[in-house]
Amino acid sequence: MFASVTTRPSPSDIAVIGSLGLIAVLVPVLNLLPAPDSLLHVSTFTVTLLGKYLCYALLALSVDLVWGFCGILSLGHGAFFALGGYAMGMYLMRQIGDRGVYGNALLPDFMVFLNWQELPWYWWGSSSFPFAMLLVVAVPGVLALVFGWFAFRSRVTGVYLSIITQAMTYALLLAFFRNDMGFGGNNGLTDFKEILGFDLQADGTRLALLVLTAAALGMAYVVCRAICASRYGRVVVAIRDAEDRVRFLGYRVDHFKVWIFTFSAVLAGIAGALYVPQVGIINPSEFSPLNSIEVVVWVAIGGRGSLYGAILGAVLVNFAKTQFTGLLPEAWLFILGALFVLVTLYFPRGIVGVRQVGVAR
Amino acid sequence: MNDAAMMAPVAEPAVAPMDDEPRAQPDLLHGSILYLDGITVSFDGFRALNQLDLYIERGELRCIIGANGAGKSTMMDVVTGKTRPDQGQALFDRNIDLLSLTEPEIVKAGIGRKFQKPTVFEQLPVFVNLELAMKADKGVFATLRARLSGEQRDRIDETLATIGLADFRDVHAGALSHGQKQWLEIGMLLMQEPQLMLIDEPAAGMTHQETERTAELLVSLAGHRSVVVVEHDMEFVRSIARRVTVLHEGRVLAEGDMDTVQNNPNVIEVYLGS
Repeated sequence: MFASVTTRPSPSDIAVIGSLGLIAVLVPVLNLLPAPDSLLHVSTFTVTLLGKYLCYALLALSVDLVWGFCGILSLGHGAFFALGGYAMGMYLMRQIGDRGVYGNALLPDFMVFLNWQELPWYWWGSSSFPFAMLLVVAVPGVLALVFGWFAFRSRVTGVYLSIITQAMTYALLLAFFRNDMGFGGNNGLTDFKEILGFDLQADGTRLALLVLTAAALGMAYVVCRAICASRYGRVVVAIRDAEDRVRFLGYRVDHFKVWIFTFSAVLAGIAGALYVPQVGIINPSEFSPLNSIEVVVWVAIGGRGSLYGAILGAVLVNFAKTQFTGLLPEAWLFILGALFVLVTLYFPRGIVGVRQVGVAR
Repeated sequence: MNDAAMMAPVAEPAVAPMDDEPRAQPDLLHGSILYLDGITVSFDGFRALNQLDLYIERGELRCIIGANGAGKSTMMDVVTGKTRPDQGQALFDRNIDLLSLTEPEIVKAGIGRKFQKPTVFEQLPVFVNLELAMKADKGVFATLRARLSGEQRDRIDETLATIGLADFRDVHAGALSHGQKQWLEIGMLLMQEPQLMLIDEPAAGMTHQETERTAELLVSLAGHRSVVVVEHDMEFVRSIARRVTVLHEGRVLAEGDMDTVQNNPNVIEVYLGS
């Protein structure tokens, strides 16, 4: 399908796919086989943590695709992530069935609490897994399509576009905070029990989710690589560097932007859907503008415009976050800010750029 | 488009009375590739173009000169669809109404433009710059699946040879010299196989040799296609142009060969006088 399928994989492709494959094989083995007190044992806590990092990496990949390659600085990708997460959360809520606090077989607890008598129309079908998966892809996708259609057709670019993406996620944050929205308000959706009949607390389910996340990230990486290596990908890079010039070559710049933005939003939605069953909750704070900005920082630190850089940045920064928030919780935001400033000033191409300079020497 | 549609708009000016100096071409219907009639563009009350009439013949190499603010760039903006005029008519290839087309549609119809400041895609190799410019289906899904055929590859290599960048095929365009970027731009224009090329200040900032080489290139391009060059450098204009149009305050001040234009009293007054 893509022109680049014939091009040979680069060393970084092998590194990315290799490490994901290694995680998918080694982590389950080390979690299941060695005794819990063995040095080699990987705890279930670590499994879930890794799964979370990989979801973040997928989100970073989606941001890098639009920002690093097309120059669209989206400060609202957290919204697509959260929408994917909510779509999955709705399914997980319905899976609880009558095991909720109020024991209502049809309505999730928060609806019973609000004295709702029936399921709102937008919850219809949410008990079906395939339909929920369709929503995971369709809701972020359609929002991005409509948003992008208006924004890119009106040639909103640069900082103005960043501001309206930020406004979009903020508006959704406020909307989802309202109890009337029917998504659990402030508390969001939580207390999940099962996914497709498998216990979410069981080690096996957690391992399966990690493996699935690694597979999704690997596939997303391969597809993104193929897109970037196709002529479409070159047009997108050209748009980043000289948008007017591309228009004068006869390309519909708005169409190119809308489609890459939509595809990227779908990836972010999938990341959110994989994230929610692993962390066990989705609430409106995922729409917080700060979250979206953080993703941009991961990408900047890892290396904007390099797909594996985005993955590397997301994993490393979040690993550091886990470490530092354990040691010095107050200091983390300062460290993150300082990292961002330093990287922007001295390593505009991020960690990946440093490595490339090293190779060139 | 049927014959009636292509005759109707063009026939009118042929019978319309000509007010000032006689236009060189009475044979509008057959000779012109580009036909601008009474184009007016105002920005906040300032008339960048004031009832501009301009006709370019098929296969012609035309130079357009004029001081800053004479309306040269605005004229190009109108032809390429970047600016919409307040009044007037712009026809291309006899029956295509440029004012009803979007920018990409105009490119597709066969008008290519080279900008004043060379804007090539610096992060992409020279070869890819030409590939992107190539005449092809430029839709999203077509580009996602696009593959270069051997024939297309040969065409790109041919163009690389024409513009003298064959040795720079895989170099990132950002690493080229200023003159080379200008040629790459001309090459990108060629890849679009335009019938009409609009070239804005090709010799600006070039060394003497580069300027000469550019002049040769432009002369070699005319004939198969029409070329309109906007330029300040009089030496350069003299070296390439058979016909020169002088713009002043959004209108045509004089038109003719270089000597006629330079001896035109209006031109002398505007350029040297007062």
